[in-house]
Order: sequence, then C-alpha cells, then structure tokens
Amino acid sequence: MIADFGYGIFLLSFILSIYAVFAAIYGYQTNKYTWVESSRLAMQLTFPLITITSGILVYLLVTDQYHVSFIYEVTSRSMPLYLKITSLWGGQSGSLVFWSWLMSSFATAVTFRKWDRDREFLPWVVVVSSVTLAFFVGLVIFFENPFEKFWQTFNGDVVTAMFQPAGSVPFSPPDGKGLNPLLRHPGMIIHPPMLYLGFVSFVIPFAFAIAALITGRTDDRWTRITRRWTIVAWLFLSIGLILGGRWAYDVLGWGGYWGWDPVEIAAFMPWLVGTAFLHSVMIQEKRGMFKEWNMILIILTYAMVIFGTFLTRSGVLSSVHAFAQSAIGPSFFIFIGVTLVVSTALLIYRWKDLRSEAELTSMLSREALFLLNNLLFISIYIVCFWGVLFPLISELFTGQKVTVGPPFYERATGPLFAALVVLMGIAPLSAWGHSTIKTLGKAAWKPATAAVIGLLAIIFVGKVTNIYAIIGFFAVLFTSFITLYEFWRAAYARSRAQKENLVLSLWRLFGKNRRRYGGYLIHLSIILMAVGIIGLEMFQTETQGTLAQGESLTLGEYKITYNDLAIFDSNDNRNLARATISVEKNGQFVGELHPRRDYFYESQQPMTIPGVRSTIQDDLYIILVDWQPITTEGATFKVYHNPLVNWLWWGSIMMILGSMVAAWPEKDPEPRKVSSNAALAAAD
Amino acid sequence: MKTEKKWLYGFILAALVIIAFTNPGSAFAQDNTPTDNDVNAIARQMFCPVCENTPLDVCPTEACKDWRELIRLKLTEGWTEQQIKTYFVEQYGARVLAEPPMQGLNLLMYILPPALMLAGAAFLGKAFLSMRQNAERSKISIENDKAAESAEDKYANLIEDEINKREA
Amino acid sequence: MQQPSAEPTGSERKGMPAAVQAVIWVLLLGLLALVAMGLKRTQQGTVQIGDKIPDFSLVFFDGYTYEGKNEVQLSDLQGKIVVINFWASWCIPCEDEAAALESAWNAYKDSGEVVFIGADYVDTEPEARKYLEKFNITFPNGPDLGTRISQMFRIKGVPETYFIDKQGVLHYIQIGPFASEDDIHTILDGMLGQ
Repeated sequence: MIADFGYGIFLLSFILSIYAVFAAIYGYQTNKYTWVESSRLAMQLTFPLITITSGILVYLLVTDQYHVSFIYEVTSRSMPLYLKITSLWGGQSGSLVFWSWLMSSFATAVTFRKWDRDREFLPWVVVVSSVTLAFFVGLVIFFENPFEKFWQTFNGDVVTAMFQPAGSVPFSPPDGKGLNPLLRHPGMIIHPPMLYLGFVSFVIPFAFAIAALITGRTDDRWTRITRRWTIVAWLFLSIGLILGGRWAYDVLGWGGYWGWDPVEIAAFMPWLVGTAFLHSVMIQEKRGMFKEWNMILIILTYAMVIFGTFLTRSGVLSSVHAFAQSAIGPSFFIFIGVTLVVSTALLIYRWKDLRSEAELTSMLSREALFLLNNLLFISIYIVCFWGVLFPLISELFTGQKVTVGPPFYERATGPLFAALVVLMGIAPLSAWGHSTIKTLGKAAWKPATAAVIGLLAIIFVGKVTNIYAIIGFFAVLFTSFITLYEFWRAAYARSRAQKENLVLSLWRLFGKNRRRYGGYLIHLSIILMAVGIIGLEMFQTETQGTLAQGESLTLGEYKITYNDLAIFDSNDNRNLARATISVEKNGQFVGELHPRRDYFYESQQPMTIPGVRSTIQDDLYIILVDWQPITTEGATFKVYHNPLVNWLWWGSIMMILGSMVAAWPEKDPEPRKVSSNAALAAAD
Repeated sequence: MKTEKKWLYGFILAALVIIAFTNPGSAFAQDNTPTDNDVNAIARQMFCPVCENTPLDVCPTEACKDWRELIRLKLTEGWTEQQIKTYFVEQYGARVLAEPPMQGLNLLMYILPPALMLAGAAFLGKAFLSMRQNAERSKISIENDKAAESAEDKYANLIEDEINKREA
Repeated sequence: MQQPSAEPTGSERKGMPAAVQAVIWVLLLGLLALVAMGLKRTQQGTVQIGDKIPDFSLVFFDGYTYEGKNEVQLSDLQGKIVVINFWASWCIPCEDEAAALESAWNAYKDSGEVVFIGADYVDTEPEARKYLEKFNITFPNGPDLGTRISQMFRIKGVPETYFIDKQGVLHYIQIGPFASEDDIHTILDGMLGQ
C-alpha cells in the first residue's frame, strides 16, 4: 500500500519536471515571466516529493518488507540498520531514485539563488536540470521500478509487478537476499553518494553553460555564477574516486587501490575533463579567452557524467562494478545522443560569439601554461576514453575480445601525470599576460635548488636507482618547494606590509584570496598523493608462499610467521577463515595481523580481506590466498610491501580541506568591487 | 620435557634462519620447482575471462586457481614465459593478455592517442607561433590588462608589488 | 545591469568553417553508432531459437573421436541433430548434469541421428581430463580454443546447452544444468518426431 503511494508520488514528480520544462520554454518564448516562475516552483516542488519517495523506500528497507522485490534483492534480516538504510543505493533501481533525489535537491538549491541579474538564464537552467531529472525519474518509473511487488499466480509461479495481476495473491519471501558483501564496507557506503553528488553538481554548470549558449549571453557571467558549483562538484567527485580506491585497497585484496577497470575509468573521465575545465575557466574570467574551449569542456564533462553512468549501468562493459544487465540501456543511449547533438548544434550556432577577447601574448604566460595543463588533462582523457572504447570496437569489427589493462594506461598516462606535476609548480609563478624565462627563473631558482639537493639526498641516502622514480621525485620535490615558497613569499610580504606576525599573515592570506590559496593547498595535497602513488607503483614488492604452522616468509625487512588459522561461522551468515600472523620487522616483533576470507552464504560470494599494518613509511599487506584441509599443514599467503601508500590517504584529506578553502562562500564579490578601495582601507 | 622444547625451538629458529638466508624470496623454492612468485610473475600479466578486469595473480576464483596451476605445470616442463603466454592466447584468445597484441586493428589502439596528442600539441604550437607575431602589438594590451587586473584584484597586486620591491 | 552580448561586436568574428562542422558531426555520429552497435550486442543475449548456426569446428581432447576423426565440423553434421554442451571443470552446476548428459548420449548414439559435443569453456587441460574421467564422459569433447565457439553462441555462462536441428537451425536452449535426464529425452524426442 505504502509502496503504491511512493510510486504515485514519484509519478507526480515526473509529471512536474516535464511540466517545468514546457512552462519554462513557453515563458521564455512569450516573455511571460509568470510561466517561468511557475516552472521554477514546479522544479522546487519535485524536491519534497522525491524526498517522500526516498523516505518511503528507506522505510520499506528498514522494516523488512520483502514483498517488495527491490527490498528482497538488497537487504536481509541479519543486516544492521545503517546497512539497511544505505542499501538504498545498493541496487540499480534504488540508486536511480537516490540519484534523482540528489539531482532535485541541487536543482532546487540553484533555483533559490537571487536571479535578479540573471533573469534570462533562469528558464534554461530550469529546462536543463528538469530534463535531466525527468530522464532519471522516468528510468525508474518505466524500467527500474523499486516498488514492484511479488505476486503468486494460481499455478504457483512468482512474478513481480507493480499492480496485482489477475488471479494472483500477494507473496512475501520470509527473508531477503542481502546486500552484495563487497558493498558492505564503509568506503563503499559513502563512495556512491559522493560520486553521484559530483556527477549531479556538474549538471549545474552545464545547465548555465547551455543557458548562456541559448540566450547568447556568452560572457563570463555563467562561469562566475557556477564557479563554486564546479569546485564542489570536483571535490565530491574526487572524494568519490578516492573512497573507491580505498575500498578496493581494503576489500578487493589485490594489493592496490586502482586497477584501471573500465568502470573506474568511467568515473575518472568526468573528473579529468572537469579538472581541465576548472582550470581553464580561470583564464576566461581573468582574460576573456578560450570561451569556446570552456564550453566544449563543460559539455564534455556533462556528456562524460551521463556516458559513465550509462557504461556502468547498461551492461555494455563487463566489470566487477557493473550493475546487472538492464533494460535502461537504449533510453540512456537516446538521452546521450540527444544531449550531445543538441549541445554540439548550439555550440556551432554560437561559435562566432565565443571568439576570444584577447590573444595569447607569451609562451610562458599563465594562460599559455593553463592551456598546456588542458592539453595534458585532455590527453589523459583521450587515453582513457580510447582504452575503454577500444575493446568494444575490436569485438564489433574482428569478433575478438581484447583486454586493455593497467600496463597500457600506466605507460601512456605516467609521463603525462609527471608533466602535470611539474606544470603545477611552474604555472603559479607565471603572470597573466606575460612572463619570460627570466622572470620565471628568478622566481623558481631557489625552490629548484632545494629540490635538487633533496633529490640528491633521496638518491644517495635513500639509494633510489629507478630512473622513473627519480624523475617522479624530482617533480614532486620541485613543485612542493615552489608551492610552499609561494606561501612563504606572500605571507612574508604581507607581514611586512601589514606589520603582523607571519602566522596571522598566512591565515589572512587564505581569507583574502581563497580560491588561489585553496588551490595551492589542493596542489600540495596532490603532491602528497603523488608521493604515495610513486611509492606503490614503483617500489611495491611482493612474495607468496605456502606456510605450515610456525613457518615464516621474509619480504625485505619483514618476516611473517604463520601461527594459526581459525574457521568459524559468524552470526551474520558468514563463514570466516581468519589467519593469525605475527610480524617482525628487522627481527623486532611489531604485531599480529589477521588476513581473512569471508564466505557469504546468502550470496555465495567470497571476499578477501587483507591484514594490513599501516605506517607513514609503508604498509605491510597480507592476503590469505588458500589453505589446506588441515589448516596447520599449510596456508598460502601473499605478502605485499607497499611503501608510502599512506601519503595517498593523508593527501586526500588535505585535498578536502583545500577544496573547502577554495569553495568557502564569501560575500558576493560584485558589490564589494565598487568599494574595493574602502575595503582595502578597512583591512589596513 | 623442558629441555626438549628448548631444543625444538632452537631447531625451528635455526631452520628459519637458514631458510631466510638461503632463499630470501620464498621459503619453499627448490631447484627446479617453480615458486609461487615465479608463477605470479607471469600470472600478473594475464587476465582470465572468468573474473574480468582482475589480474590472474590475485583472482580468487576456482578457474583462475586452475590457470595458475597450469602455469606452474608449464614452468616445471621448462617452458619460457613467452611460450606460456602464446599457449594461453591460443587456448583462450587474445583477451588473456593485459594489452592487445600489436597487430591488425589493434595497432589503432596504440596509434590513435599519441596521434591526437601530437595534433593537440601542434595546434597549441601554432597558436604560440602566431602569438609571437603579435608580440609587438600586444605590448600595449598587456599594460591594459595589468590595469584591468589590478582593479579586480587590487589586494593581490599590493602583495605582488611588495614582493617585487623586496626582491629587486 | 549587464547587457546580453548576443550581437557580434566585430566583423572579424567568424563562425565555424563548414568543413570543421562536417568533421565534428561525422565523428559524433560515428561514436554514437559505435556505442549503439555495442549496446545492441549486449542486449541481444545468446543466439536465438530459429537462428541458422554458422559453421564451426572443434578439435577434441586426445582419446576422443567422432567417426574416427579427432575433429568435427558442424557443416559435416547436416541431417543430424547436434547437441552442444558448454561446460568447465571449475563449474559446480555442470557436475549436476554431467551424468545425465552421458547417459542420454548412450541412449541415442547408436541411432546415428543425434550427436553430442562437449565444448570446454576457459578450462585447463589437466583439470578438464580429471573431470571427464570422473564422470566417464564418452561423447566427443574438446577445448573451445580461443573461446571462439562460445563467443559465437554468445553464451552467458556455463553450463549452457544448445540443440541444433537437422537443418542446422537452433531449436532449443538450455541455460543452466538439466534438472534430469528426462528433460533431455523430451527435447530430443520432440525434435526427432518432427
């Protein structure tokens, strides 16, 4: 009953979002602002409605209503409450409802802003967000309905349907199948919402870009309005990707955080294009250049958001992450097609209005370096896109399936990432408009010298001989020194000018130019993460061996001894095989680890959980591969030594902080601009 | 009893030390028996269709376990890495390789991304060249831009000026 | 406050050249076509009943022969009913039907009208041999080299069994193991009775 109600409410929000589209277009065409206002209200109304629908779905989840097929698929009685709630996004249909809910909340939030100055944008922002919303809500209503119930027909068959088929009786299984065990991890619980948040918030800048194209108001107004949305979108997407990596590291048991799996790449592609966009809009704001390029980037970002979702959910790609094959593929495809064709047509139509106001004037100017940054990001994107697409092409034209695996991506993107890190150091030193080798050199020689000294220390003290690692470490050192030097230079100058102490100056600096210094913080965090990536990619060592009880295995400075293996059932329907291993480092006992293998009876799925000893220096990561029937006779362990990998996780926390600094709301900059002299005087 | 135990511990310790010193990579290597590490060194470069996108050395399924045993068997028979890979491709198709072999349509895989990158770089290079020709003309505009920027970002400029003063 | 800048401000502003536009559209539509084809492929599932099965050949494991040869070509089997069973030694449900398949084969092999073929999917030879020995499988079996045959049938997993009629047209698909030997008889007798 309540499920029918939820479905009805959802249907209503579908109708409302469709209405919003037409009302907005009609209002724009006829210049009747009341229609636009009506469309805005309709758009806002979808939020409470979808909130009710999601609430009902959560209610059904936590109250074990297994007569609803979605509830049966993703939960079971033995699951704890928080998992029952988060199962909302554990299956295809529920996650689409959740997506719609986030979409409507963001669309609503954006319609609450003051529109006085941007009245002509409003109808088109409503149109784009409503179309996107209607599409996702429509998918749920027509193809992936989470409210479908089980019915038993008189000949005993159990069918799922929204409404009672003739001659059938309601059917309710006693217990559900339970959530896929791989998804029962804190990282996996937060990972999808973060990705969805990132995806959804990129819709907003896209909506404004389309509004700018349609209305012809192609100055930098739309980028200024959406600047913060873009940073927020970027942050959520980054968190989503990192959590996904952390989840893989903790749960998938292959010793790494990133496997270049097509579905990982599908989420990485909008990030790559979005990051390029994030940088290149700054040139548009400062110099009025590359407007057309920014349009291309934001359209591509949106396309990649939808395309990535499509790849993951349609079954076109097979992957550990993929949802079960589903009927939504064709509608997704049509939506992508229409979006791309319409955006491209608009872009071509407005192309001449988008020409630059200024020209590149120096090869080393900041805008030129930003362009180089874009070239690098887009190159990585092309590698990824092509790598995902190629197996499809191969299968279609030669009938042969091929794998495009990590070696290809690592070889192709490694140098590009290294170049990006170096560029990240140089670009902030350059000036808008014009720089020369001399000015750059003057700013860079001190940090560069420090970096060379640091590098020599790494080579001779750390005994690093791998040439790629040396290049990587140089990039990292150089860029981090420059970035830190930039902070120091500005804080020092400010403290002299303002006669404050250095710490206070640094603090106020953040307040004065949040985006710049937040950006530098993000750069530093990327450096930290790069250290972790270099450590794992280039210095990971591993060994595997079968040990009888009491036997040991050595890997570098570590010696691990197999003490015991216990096999037992847990009370939440799992069978656990849990080994006890004592770890010695340089002959010193440092602790016990418990790698284990969980077998989930409900889903008949095993899960390998490594035992990890994590320090700032390195991780010791042990996987239980196999064991003999009599466990004391032997168990096989795979041991990884992952140097520096922790820096990756610490870097990501710093990245969140940096993004928050950059995106922190300040007072509307425009009014202040008028009285900037007064503000400056007040600051003194 | 007690002395016996001590003796036993001593023996185990000695054995461990010997094992640790004689064969740091693996405790179980014998002369011609391939170790798990030898097997994994090959397995990690392969992908099994049963667990797609997971390298063979870490895939936990039964099928992949059999594959690793097959690699071990072939190594015992004295096959080289390349022979084993070729055998697997024959048996299970090119998709067992981590990268498509460089032949036929697959060449496109390797050519297209660098070609596009070069095209992008060429495009940028062209923009830079044309920019040089405008260098003279634009000197004026730089001044204008600087003025425009300073109005927008007066505070940052104040700091920049201060920095320049100090370093000049 | 701000003026919409819809009007081009200078005559030097040019639209996109037609050739560039054409290239963009071709690339875009090409990409969409490609994705559409990929999508169609995923959506279509296994080969369908009523499809004419293209020719293929299978080389048997050592010790298996059909009519004296260690290889079989589908086109040589015109006029016979062909039962092709996809299996693997690591597949536990396959074990449930192995005995039933063998027993059904023994019931039909002398009639000469039905051929059973086992195609071993993504398996290793030593394990496959153990499996064949364990269930005393006598009908011809061979490895599906390069997964070519299974890709042609677009199988979704193992076990799957395909019944091809005397004209080489697919008559019946069994996804998953047979519940009992009787099921196999029912299908085959139905086909023979036609």
